[in-house]
Amino acid sequence: MVIKILGTGCPKCKTLEKMTREVVEQNGIEATIVKVENIMEIMKYGIMNTPALVIDEKVAIKGRVPSAEEIKIVLTR
Amino acid sequence: MLHKMDKKLWIPVLLLPLWYLAYHNLQPMTDWFIDNVLGLSKGAHLTEALRFFVFEFPKVMLLLTLIIFLVGIVRSYFTPERTRKALEGKKTFTGNVMAATLGIVTPFCSCSAIPLFLGFVESGVPLGVTFSFLIAAPMINEVAIVLLYGMFGWKVAAIYVGTGLAIAILAGWIIGLLKLEKWVEPWVYQAQMGDNGMEEEKLTFVSRIQSGYAAVKEIVSKVWLYVALGILVGAGAHGYVPEEFMASLMGKTAWYSIPLSVLVGIPLYSNAAGIVPIVSVLIEKGASLGTALAFMMSVIGLSLPEMVILRKVLKLPLIFTFVGIVGSGIMIVGYLFNYIF
Repeated sequence: MVIKILGTGCPKCKTLEKMTREVVEQNGIEATIVKVENIMEIMKYGIMNTPALVIDEKVAIKGRVPSAEEIKIVLTR
Repeated sequence: MLHKMDKKLWIPVLLLPLWYLAYHNLQPMTDWFIDNVLGLSKGAHLTEALRFFVFEFPKVMLLLTLIIFLVGIVRSYFTPERTRKALEGKKTFTGNVMAATLGIVTPFCSCSAIPLFLGFVESGVPLGVTFSFLIAAPMINEVAIVLLYGMFGWKVAAIYVGTGLAIAILAGWIIGLLKLEKWVEPWVYQAQMGDNGMEEEKLTFVSRIQSGYAAVKEIVSKVWLYVALGILVGAGAHGYVPEEFMASLMGKTAWYSIPLSVLVGIPLYSNAAGIVPIVSVLIEKGASLGTALAFMMSVIGLSLPEMVILRKVLKLPLIFTFVGIVGSGIMIVGYLFNYIF
């Protein structure tokens, strides 16, 4: 699975990236994590409020930093 | 899971009476603490400075926590997507009014200014209307409203919201009339806005309360230090700096003080939590209300970092026009209030 973190480098985006990496590691999920900082790329996902979490090209969470629990739920469903 | 959620729903309801008791008994509690527990001599500079801090800091924090919690819940009803939808194809003036109003309640962080700008322009929201939103969103800040209410009363808070709205509406309207689309970076109009196909999240009331908690956690942990520092400066000035100290510099008679305050405010980047206690000190020491308000609006409404971010989508002449119009608006507000009060 390919996980993308969309964000232009704001503190919240970094938090989301860090949390996602932790969740992936702790649960032994097989995934590649890509940080997308290019605004044109971000716009392709129709995001107006960063950060966003994209799983296999589908936007799962946008505009907020979810709890680790929630990240785990969206990654494993 | 459900049980845990239910608890989250009841805690705020149970805390509310406690909050009320604490808020309304703060003065006697402070006096008791200062006079009886610490046994300091009444009227001494240090005692009064301490009394000011011990009273003001919890008061402001109590107000902040409650309001941010409520604002967090309200904001969960307003997403940028919904706001954009509401603004699509609106006639200019109505659009400006709506955009400025929605700017207050829609969650916004200056780091999201670019995707938001692109999203608005892409879906056909006029440039001027987009600006009304971009001006109101940072300038009318809930933390500032709470602090102004707590330190100056509801009238000053209302003046701040009302004039902030007026500036955002009129500045956006003027930018729209000037037809400045040529000063938007051309790539903006080529950006392909995808549709993420994600449905609007359907939130239950419990998860909206959750967003209230999240907002409190995020904002209070970020601003408490600034509030403390601001009030500390206030407490220090309270007993030690002579009254009328600022009168010659920022008083009514100094006509140049308003443009100067606005200019100084632009590069100063502070969040509302830090600036309002400072403003209260300025006023107490002789600065006039209009000048102090203009200074505050310039600090939180016109910020250099945000302009640097916006430079990616706007050419310099447009940024200067934007700053010029908003800056003039703030100055007019300043002069108006110096004249009225």
